[in-house]
Amino acid sequence: MSSQTVRSNLMALPAVAWLFLFMVVPCLIILAYAFLTRGLYGGIEYTPTAENFQRVIDPLYAKIFLTSVRIAGLATLLAILIAYPAAYAICLSPKRTQPLLLFFAVLPFWSNYLIRTYAWIVLLNREGLINNLLRWFGYEGEPLALLYREGAVITGLVYNYLPFVILAIYSSLSRLNGELIEASRDLGAGRVRTFFRVTLPLTMPGVAAGGVFVFVLSIGNFVTPALLGGGRFQMIGNLVYDQFLTANDWPFGAALGMVLIAIMIGLLLLQARASARFCGEKQEAANG
Amino acid sequence: MKTSVKLRLAGLATTAMVLSAGTVLSADLVISNWAGYMAPDIAETFKAATGLTIEVVNHATNEEIMGKLMAGQGKGYDVVFVSSPFAHILNGQGLLEPLGPGKVPNLKNLYPQATKLAFDPGNTYAVPYAWGTTGLCYRSDLVEGTPDSWSYLLNPPAALKGKITMLSTDRWLMAAGLLYKGYSVNEKDAAKIEEAKNALIEAKKNLLAYDDTTFFSKLVSGEASLVQAWDGWCNYGIAENDKIKFVVPKEGSDLWIDTMVVMKNSEHKEAALKFLDFILEAKNHAWAASNIFYEVPNKPAMESLDPELVKKYPTMGVSPETLVKYEELQDLGEAQRDYSRAVSEIKAAN
Repeated sequence: MSSQTVRSNLMALPAVAWLFLFMVVPCLIILAYAFLTRGLYGGIEYTPTAENFQRVIDPLYAKIFLTSVRIAGLATLLAILIAYPAAYAICLSPKRTQPLLLFFAVLPFWSNYLIRTYAWIVLLNREGLINNLLRWFGYEGEPLALLYREGAVITGLVYNYLPFVILAIYSSLSRLNGELIEASRDLGAGRVRTFFRVTLPLTMPGVAAGGVFVFVLSIGNFVTPALLGGGRFQMIGNLVYDQFLTANDWPFGAALGMVLIAIMIGLLLLQARASARFCGEKQEAANG
Repeated sequence: MKTSVKLRLAGLATTAMVLSAGTVLSADLVISNWAGYMAPDIAETFKAATGLTIEVVNHATNEEIMGKLMAGQGKGYDVVFVSSPFAHILNGQGLLEPLGPGKVPNLKNLYPQATKLAFDPGNTYAVPYAWGTTGLCYRSDLVEGTPDSWSYLLNPPAALKGKITMLSTDRWLMAAGLLYKGYSVNEKDAAKIEEAKNALIEAKKNLLAYDDTTFFSKLVSGEASLVQAWDGWCNYGIAENDKIKFVVPKEGSDLWIDTMVVMKNSEHKEAALKFLDFILEAKNHAWAASNIFYEVPNKPAMESLDPELVKKYPTMGVSPETLVKYEELQDLGEAQRDYSRAVSEIKAAN
């Protein structure tokens, strides 16, 4: 074994130990909890059962899952629709200003998540900035009910995760070979056709990476639905939180958590496979 | 390869050592309480009075600390603050140290009513720390008349629609529905729980939000006109707007009691009892009343309050006789599952 391998192993050690202790071990503990029985007053009893997973498909909880998928899905779609043109605009701007524009896109992300979410409450509430502005412009009806609706939850999620999507799509776009677009135009394709047949397919890995990111973070989120949804919308994250902190049903909370982790791993695998196949095709195209 | 395995193990061992070193506690007493529920300088004043050091840790909910106590048989904690139903459970599980006669001399400061509470007559295992009730907190300039019935919350007049919040914690959300239907706040009958649940789902249409933490600021800003509130928390609204008022609906309400208990597995029981006695001193117990605006069941402490405070916050002047007429919240046992499920269904309903 070369000294270089020893050194690189050594350097990876803290990260590996960290992942093992704080990620692999806790996940295994949660997995074990999911197959145990709840103690009536919290904690767990060491009686194995599969009941917790049977409960996950109970229509009540299945409905909460579907609501979460819908909210996370809409947030993902909107984030991509907003981020793509933004990333495109950044790519088209002069090389020297691009870092600055990216900096501005990511800037909000450096403030606290809770504060960013609370800011939306200040904007959207019945006596908030938007309603006051409307009144200032002469609107005299009942104040608009913007907060504590599904739309407010989706807005909060899109706003919070947008920087990731812009960055992911930007990195795909900036690596795009401009000659391919020129070729497409030379061969007679219009701008629109070039975009949908050349640019978009080639930047799909960035779109997928950003999209999976928003979806995975949104579907397990519990702060945003609690604050911007006013507790009127139950997402899986809230359900998990309730199992541990109010319903005292740790095993069921653990089972729900495992399902969330499974969804996450599944999506990340799909994304990894898609981008690997994509890279493979590109490789073949380049070689052929 | 051997080298690298050894190195990895050595690294892990170091990490483990660093981690375990961090958990060694040196304080004489470990106390778990809700954040902000005791004087911030409690550690200094207690040390000055007794020479004992304390470490205060926080829990966000009763259920959270219950989970920890059940998992570890209470080891690592000396004094814990929990609501009365949970103190009752802990005692039933044999996790609490009996207080015994004469061990906490300042128990003499308690109102007689606070020594005869149904969950623990004679204060054999729990010392009441604060008590109060739940009712309706409202803007008298935005609500017509006095909203003196739970129906204002569940079946509101047109002017209040969309301007109401309810508590989201199981027991109090369900209490609103149960009291509206004329049932007990401790109802265990599945059919009656179902009725209350349906009434609450119906009421959701007219609700602005479920809110446990910021309902009083929604009243102050005018976002909400009427909210379900704990008496003390309504006072936080009154502090900012004197048009805010509190009323207990005529159908009745709950009596909640937050208590201090000593863990049986505590290795510092004597110090723990000293701490309970210290809190029960009028001056120390009055801190809670005059800073968190909850009534405390301590006669000399309540009598020492500034009359202006009682005038500004009428709930601070409610007599113990009145308070104990409300229905004491009790542990639900197995029926807790029905409550949890009902609340999940309410929250998931459209």
